[in-house]
Amino acid sequence: MSATAQAHSEEHAHDHGHHHKETFITKYIFSQDHKMISKQYLITGLIMGTIGILMSIMFRMQIAWPGESFKIFEVLLGKWAPDGVMDPNIYLALVTIHGTIMVFFVLTAGLSGTFSNLLIPLQIGARDMASGFLNMISYWLFFLSSVIMVISLFAEAGPAAAGWTVYPPLSALPQAQGGSGLGMTLWLVSMAIFIASSLLGSLNYIVTVLNLRTKGMTMTRLPLTIWAFFVTAIIGVVSFPVLLSAALLLIMDRSFGTSFFLSDIFIQGEVLHYQGGSPVLFEHLFWFLGHPEVYIVILPAMGIVSEIMANNSRKPIFGYRAMIASILAIAFLSTIVWGHHMFISGMNPFLGSVFTFTTLLIAIPSAVKAFNWITTLWKGNLQMNPAMLFSIGLVSTFITGGLTGIILGDSALDINVHDTYFVVAHFHLVMGISALYGLFAGVYHWFPRMFGRMLNKNMGYIHFWVTAICAYGVFFPMHFVGMAGVPRRYYTNTNFPMFDDLTNIQVVMTVFAIIAGLVQVLFLYNFFHSIFYGKKAPQNPWKANTLEWTAPVEHMHGNWPGAIPHVYRWPYDYSKTKENGEYVIEGQDFVPQTVPLQENEEELNH
Amino acid sequence: MTALLTIIVLLLVAIAIWQMTKIFELSQINTDNSQIANDKDNKLNGYLMFGFLVFIYLLTIYCFWEWGDVVLGTPASEHGSEYDNLMFISMALIFFVQIITQALLHYFAYKYRGEKGKKALFFADNDKLEFIWTIIPVIVLAGLILYGLFTWTSLMDIDEEEGNPMIIELYAQQFNWKARYAGTDNVLGEANVRLIDINKNNVIGIDETDSYGEDDVISQTELHLPVGRKIIFKMRSQDVLHSAYMPHFRAQMNCVPGMVTQFSFTPTITTEEMRMDPDMAEKVRHINKLRAERRANGDDNADPWEFDYILLCNKVCGSSHYNMQMKIVVESEEDFNAWMEEQQTFKESMAAAQ
Repeated sequence: MSATAQAHSEEHAHDHGHHHKETFITKYIFSQDHKMISKQYLITGLIMGTIGILMSIMFRMQIAWPGESFKIFEVLLGKWAPDGVMDPNIYLALVTIHGTIMVFFVLTAGLSGTFSNLLIPLQIGARDMASGFLNMISYWLFFLSSVIMVISLFAEAGPAAAGWTVYPPLSALPQAQGGSGLGMTLWLVSMAIFIASSLLGSLNYIVTVLNLRTKGMTMTRLPLTIWAFFVTAIIGVVSFPVLLSAALLLIMDRSFGTSFFLSDIFIQGEVLHYQGGSPVLFEHLFWFLGHPEVYIVILPAMGIVSEIMANNSRKPIFGYRAMIASILAIAFLSTIVWGHHMFISGMNPFLGSVFTFTTLLIAIPSAVKAFNWITTLWKGNLQMNPAMLFSIGLVSTFITGGLTGIILGDSALDINVHDTYFVVAHFHLVMGISALYGLFAGVYHWFPRMFGRMLNKNMGYIHFWVTAICAYGVFFPMHFVGMAGVPRRYYTNTNFPMFDDLTNIQVVMTVFAIIAGLVQVLFLYNFFHSIFYGKKAPQNPWKANTLEWTAPVEHMHGNWPGAIPHVYRWPYDYSKTKENGEYVIEGQDFVPQTVPLQENEEELNH
Repeated sequence: MTALLTIIVLLLVAIAIWQMTKIFELSQINTDNSQIANDKDNKLNGYLMFGFLVFIYLLTIYCFWEWGDVVLGTPASEHGSEYDNLMFISMALIFFVQIITQALLHYFAYKYRGEKGKKALFFADNDKLEFIWTIIPVIVLAGLILYGLFTWTSLMDIDEEEGNPMIIELYAQQFNWKARYAGTDNVLGEANVRLIDINKNNVIGIDETDSYGEDDVISQTELHLPVGRKIIFKMRSQDVLHSAYMPHFRAQMNCVPGMVTQFSFTPTITTEEMRMDPDMAEKVRHINKLRAERRANGDDNADPWEFDYILLCNKVCGSSHYNMQMKIVVESEEDFNAWMEEQQTFKESMAAAQ
């Protein structure tokens, strides 16, 4: 199979520059080229990210200074902030849409979509994805779902406001909440399209990795990025369809009077007809995707970081096979731990015991990964490029955030911190901030590959250090708020005098959040400015071993002008020496994958 | 005051950024413009990595010193101390691992910062090391899992036959709580939202034909609990998901429309006793000081506060989710019985409505 595909694409390579004449539309809009599609994903993701972060700053301001009037609320929220004071309904809507946008539109599509598209063909040595057409459809479905999600913000009765988990009955009954009317319908439609997009993308990634690897590129010579994207795509295919079924059943309950999730409801003075359904069923279906989803978000970031860390440490990644094994273990476990979101949902407590067991097991491969990264730094020659800083930052926040998972994954301990700010602090550090760091690391590292120009490193340094300090400044104190028992999704805490002594923590967190938000503007400026005016990049600026740096910078369909390069070694031969202590290639501390084994060189079996 | 502080912080950050740019600019003289890290960048960022480690430690210390007292404090239920014990062990483990791994990570980043001509060590794997850091988490987690599961199982094993428990129903609706006591027979009458009849004052849908329901008592304002008696809560919701969260008792359970969920605990400290608890008294004093300051500034939501246990809603349930609460009063058996005497039974309130 792979041989025929190979032969086909090599034939295909010869007719380049002859017959497809590219117009503006085929090159930049309805492009089937994976590099252009990855840029489309990235820029759409950045725009959605800007919206999501702006929302978070607005609701952080409301929590820190509850009921205070702000001009910015009046301008951005309009009728939802009369005289600049935020309305409780829009507060819930902001929280909901912030979660949805950040998890799905930024960290799933923006991160995995961007880098899977860019790197899978380039790093395995393929001309393009297995199906360029499906790939294009996948992006445009994502774009459509983004547009619908943004349109839903303008629904008359408000956007969806039932939390990003959209638990029924709150999300099912317009009587329960304004946002559960048209806003919720649009949310569900948008998510259904998003899932279709994600499935098309994932299937394409899986097929491409399995079938289109170049000669010599065995599975154990794949860069860890590809392993991460590959496994992520598999989890996506396994779990996203379940969310689709949950969304469809919810649409049925809302619009066609079925009772999948609803039963015995008395609201606004009348009994509704629903009988026999269970909201707990929805929770199971939702988290069957929802939990793998956090690994869909973090695994690509981990793959990116593994690659960048090895490259910038000028050392092989430590424990390559253990890294692959831990990716596989995390992926497998991620599909059998969803119940830890439901310890106190009313499901049978025995199930809680089982899920506690599987959940805490995930700590083992996670610990292996963290220790392997730390060991990769040991005795390295660390090149502190912005991408490297973000990679080290990811390891730091992943450890800090991951450790508190030991508390939340324990059903007994979860009782009193469930749905408090402790949870918010935990998941923002472990998958929010960490995955964002992975995204940033990827952008700084592969920007030259995408646009042929370099990002400004000094702006990158400021971006990293301010973000790093603010991320801890926001989310570390937040654990204490959770330990004090403050529930999440409260519009204000002023109705409980027992939370009065937390006001100053809230202000500190919000100030850090605002600064962190502002410094992202610097990143956006650097990004868009450098696309046009950045310094021209050399072909292999980071002295990397992987195949993407052997392809010319110029935009061309098919990636390599001549034949596809062959691969003779794994991608981590950094600082490898011969027996006499000299580098394998004299004067060069890296050996690209395309270089055959040298004389006197010992081949390591990784 | 906060606005001023905010402005000062913002100003300081702006100055810091400006100064950092300066440093970067200065370090750029006579160097290339390749936008790839050079030795100066490596050195500066290596030192900053070490600085960041110090920052993490200082932040941790500062948070404990400044906000260590905001956490919940003395647990007021029988299982609470076991819960807090498990929490303490987990926390100690977390901080131990956190301090060591962050130190290694940032120290290595500082120690091995790049220099031109330096050779990195080609170190691709080591089975012994990897075995060690796989097996250690396995052993530690096995201990934690076992301890956690024992606690969980004993908490969730709710036996109505054992220890003469009192049955109380918590009834949730947008946006308030009601409590139904099972009365002298200690059996709740059948109920369903379809039986709600506002005109007959049957607000939570008790089956009028079920004789067990006649002596049930509904409290709409306060939840009274006798100290030292095992309570079994049966939770219901009439509209959307709610969650009955009683943080001081380390207790929480969702209220799900269409089904009855349950949770059980034994309150051990009365409200009066808790007010005397030194930590709690200190917390109340501190909060009342803050409230007095706000009162002086003309804030009308700042009356002096007296500690009370509280039942909160902890599952987003709509626009007033943030204010769905009920006061809990834990009192001696005699006080509880006296309070109960004053309440109307379901039968009496039905009769009164007709």
